[in-house]
Amino acid sequence: MSNETPKHQTTVHEPAAPGTPIIEVVEIGKRYGSIIALSDVTTTVKAGEVTCVLGDNGAGKSTFIKILAGAHAHTDGELRIDGKATTFSNPREALEAGIATVYQDLAVVPLMPVWRNFFLGSEPSKGFGPFRHMDVDFMKRTTKAELAAMGIDLRDVDQPIGTLSGGERQCVAIARAVYFGARVLILDEPTAALGVKQSGVVLKYIAKARERGLGVVFITHNPHHAYPVGDRFMLLRRGRSMGDFPKSEMTLDELTSMMAGGAELESLAHELERSMGSDSPVAQEMTSEVEA
Amino acid sequence: MTTATAAPDERLASTSTISRLLTRPEMGAAVAAIAVMIFFSLNSDRFLTMAGAGVWLESASTFGIMAVAVSLLMIGGEFDLSAGVMTGFTALVVGILTTNYGLNIWAAVLVALVLALAIGAINGYMVMRTGLPSFIITLGTFFILQGIDLAVTKLIIGQVTIQGMRDVPFYDSIQPLFGASFTIAGGTFYVSVLWWLAVTAIATWVLLRTKAGNWIFAVGGAQQSARQVGVPVLRTKIGLFMTTAAAGWLVGMISLFRTSTVQANTGVGQEFIYIICAVVGGCLLTGGYGSAIGAALGALIYGMTFQGITFAQWDTNWLRTFLGAMLLAAVLLNSWVRTRAETSR
Repeated sequence: MSNETPKHQTTVHEPAAPGTPIIEVVEIGKRYGSIIALSDVTTTVKAGEVTCVLGDNGAGKSTFIKILAGAHAHTDGELRIDGKATTFSNPREALEAGIATVYQDLAVVPLMPVWRNFFLGSEPSKGFGPFRHMDVDFMKRTTKAELAAMGIDLRDVDQPIGTLSGGERQCVAIARAVYFGARVLILDEPTAALGVKQSGVVLKYIAKARERGLGVVFITHNPHHAYPVGDRFMLLRRGRSMGDFPKSEMTLDELTSMMAGGAELESLAHELERSMGSDSPVAQEMTSEVEA
Repeated sequence: MTTATAAPDERLASTSTISRLLTRPEMGAAVAAIAVMIFFSLNSDRFLTMAGAGVWLESASTFGIMAVAVSLLMIGGEFDLSAGVMTGFTALVVGILTTNYGLNIWAAVLVALVLALAIGAINGYMVMRTGLPSFIITLGTFFILQGIDLAVTKLIIGQVTIQGMRDVPFYDSIQPLFGASFTIAGGTFYVSVLWWLAVTAIATWVLLRTKAGNWIFAVGGAQQSARQVGVPVLRTKIGLFMTTAAAGWLVGMISLFRTSTVQANTGVGQEFIYIICAVVGGCLLTGGYGSAIGAALGALIYGMTFQGITFAQWDTNWLRTFLGAMLLAAVLLNSWVRTRAETSR
């Protein structure tokens, strides 16, 4: 980091030692009137670790994010930040606690240069009175340095952010959240809209963020993306937790089959066998997959 | 963390200065301005003299002030069709308040400014609260003001032209501010040209170097994203509408104090010329991209063509045809530039 210019940051948090729990979720739940959107979810987000939240569409992932991000308050259980029970009443409170959420649309303006996007809404200024202006040199330098720290080497921070690939844009959004004081990053399906190669790029940045001592909550429905970078896996299904496992207790195959719903898959295989005959290739393949 | 290197990136050497310049939004207008200048100086001996320049610069200046303000608004993603009639409205306010009610002329000028800012704020507030296109909202204000200009003026003074401005006390104390002229080497230059340069310089500085400029680009380029990262969208947009209205006031004062008269239909129909100048200067109709210098160049092209056709003694109706052709060419060029800006270099 360059040292002459003061760092124009909003909140600065002491970096926690790796392995220290930052967020602890204990039997948390959310009810909207009589509808139970989420119940009995328990997991931990530690500094320098990636907690993966897996679940199919409608499993309650977005409700879970909204509780952590401060968009909705939980109705059951306990949310502990640094060991203290907390209820966020708005997103700003979560942000002040160092929890930053990167949503799928990334909140970037495609036609604007990368450095303008990086500081948008929190532009550092210098000068007085009517001559107050943005510290453009500092902004460009910082953008380049912060992106380099995340492993993105940009040719030119002046290029419109729309010219970057999907993965790189995701990374700019992550780097921005980190720079503005995040200790915990919540990434909402960062790989969902990306191809194989771009997904790999994003996974690399998630690993990079973990190396820098951040806690990461990685929301996805793809166990193949979650397993390589995850330290802890929490599976959601129809608004309930199916368990919270450290990586040591879980193999990729187990994760995949839990995600797909092992039991349901088995009954589907039987059904196919009945309707198509046991020697049909589709049914055979299905059965062998369930048995594997 | 790594330290940013001061040395230029070696991969940047591949982009030549020319191709970097070509990506600037005002480049097309700059090339066109030079072409128009050469074209008319070949067709008229008077065009490229000091006297000629004084004439076309004066013509370009008032359109330039408005085009620059309208370009900021367009970069912010909005239109203001009431911008033209605003120039007549503010001049009429001053004319009626001073000649008919005997109000002090300085006070009348301030009253006109306050009214203009209020109408701008109302425009912005209505656009933001209703979520309707600004095109429709300001079309409404345009017609309301046009009607008021004619009806109220006739009601109060019984005619459609303000007369007797020169006899108003202290007229001479304020007139030079907006209407002074000075002679340089046989050419007459109006103070409005200085206003135009000042407005362009300030607008460019605000756009490129201040927070407000960053916000203008953001609210025009992706309003939802801008809101998510904490840009005050409502304040930015209302500010833009008020800026456009204030520019309308400035141009109203310039035309009032240069000619010492104003007609009730002044400014009607000019709102589209401002938009054309801004688009020729590189503004995207969809917002989020453009330049104040470009809009000023667009107005320069307009001024040169307007007076150049007169100098060459052609039928002045060709001006409209020329403007339409310029607009189409500019829109095509802009959409090409936009595609280039949005996809990889």
